[in-house]
Amino acid sequence: MRFFEYYAPKTLDEAIQLLVRHGEGAYPLAGGTDLVTKARYGHLRPRVIVNLKRIPGLNDIAPEEDGGLRLGALVTLAEIARSLLMGERYPLLAQTARKMGSVLIRNLATVGGNLCNAAPSADMAPPLIALGAEAVIVGPRGERRVRLEKFFHGPGQTELRHGELLTAIRLPPPRPRTRGVYLKHIYRQAMDIAIVGVAVLLQFDEQEAIAEDARIVLGAVAPTPLRVPEAESVLIGAPLTEDRRLEAARRAARAARPIDDTYSSAWYRREMVGVLTRRALEHLVSHSPER
Amino acid sequence: MKYPLTLKVNGETYRLEVKPHRSLLEVLRDELDLTGTNDGCRTGNCGACTVLVDGAPIPSCLMLALDAEGHEITTIEALSAGGELHPLQRAFVQRGAIQCGYCTPGMILSAYALLQENPRPTEAEVRRALVGNLCRCTGYVKIIEAVLAAAEEMASADVGSR
Repeated sequence: MRFFEYYAPKTLDEAIQLLVRHGEGAYPLAGGTDLVTKARYGHLRPRVIVNLKRIPGLNDIAPEEDGGLRLGALVTLAEIARSLLMGERYPLLAQTARKMGSVLIRNLATVGGNLCNAAPSADMAPPLIALGAEAVIVGPRGERRVRLEKFFHGPGQTELRHGELLTAIRLPPPRPRTRGVYLKHIYRQAMDIAIVGVAVLLQFDEQEAIAEDARIVLGAVAPTPLRVPEAESVLIGAPLTEDRRLEAARRAARAARPIDDTYSSAWYRREMVGVLTRRALEHLVSHSPER
Repeated sequence: MKYPLTLKVNGETYRLEVKPHRSLLEVLRDELDLTGTNDGCRTGNCGACTVLVDGAPIPSCLMLALDAEGHEITTIEALSAGGELHPLQRAFVQRGAIQCGYCTPGMILSAYALLQENPRPTEAEVRRALVGNLCRCTGYVKIIEAVLAAAEEMASADVGSR
């Protein structure tokens, strides 16, 4: 790794000022699992690193007055996986965190880092988008909020302008009778980048027979996480028969815009979007064990 | 340019001056001579460099040394303090869970952290806890046996002492 200047500010204002003052070569440090590796191998050449971990409040999981939750950007994946509050209100997120990296990586890697790196395969993005999350962004001109769906602009590209930081994710209150699942296709048991990720969230009616709302969000098959309204609409307001589930899976596969790369061909990715969407729906409808 | 760093490792406090781009792994090995922590892939994939930070296992190649300030670092050297092997270390030796030995310090620290949280893990829980620690001799079966055996020994010793 090459030399860089290092700062560990104690306030958000100070961190933002440092990033603004040092311009494009300045990078914020959260968990470091991406930044440190990229700096070591020359994929990034930071001149300045601003460590965010000394700033109080960025790593809290805090209930909000409206019944929602504020998830600090520096909360680690391990904390999300074991948080009782998460497990109770947003089990989909706790479950997703457990599917990421290894114990070692989860102890370092943060939810904010996963989102801000904006890898198309970022596992946290599809379930958070399905849950209707908002990104809380703070910069030199104050705070703004953006729906997480709009946060991603392309691989490695986000809504953040230089000097701005993602400080938290805002989750709306959990909705009743809602079940979600995130399925991730990888070649090994763990420690692998998603070939395809599919998050499905269904809100059932009182009889648990019909979905009143449905969200389907795909990862790793487009430059950004992809919500598929045309697949969601098939599922809403009518019994979740096998035919409907298959139609939703077909529409999700059709919506995918995958690429060929070292991990997978585009063809295989598209096939697996259909397979995972079908499995996710089966799982949510029948309570069958996850496959 | 070097930066001042106060590092707490295995109960000792060290006052150092380090370059900002040095990883915790490099400082442990090169400055403190704690060479039990091994240098493997340098990308956080192999787990050879596992240390505990406030009790949680992490790959020390991915943590900047300066970022470790204010935390309690535990390395493999702490486990056999006083010259006596820890039950996990003994189980690894007795069950042939050490082949070339390169992954062993990391394996043992990951297993140690697991047993602190979950003293009687199932086999599946042991496997999940060791996902980030690779053994290139592929001696996983013995390693998992050793962790389960150590867990049993530690749990029964714990019951006996009450």
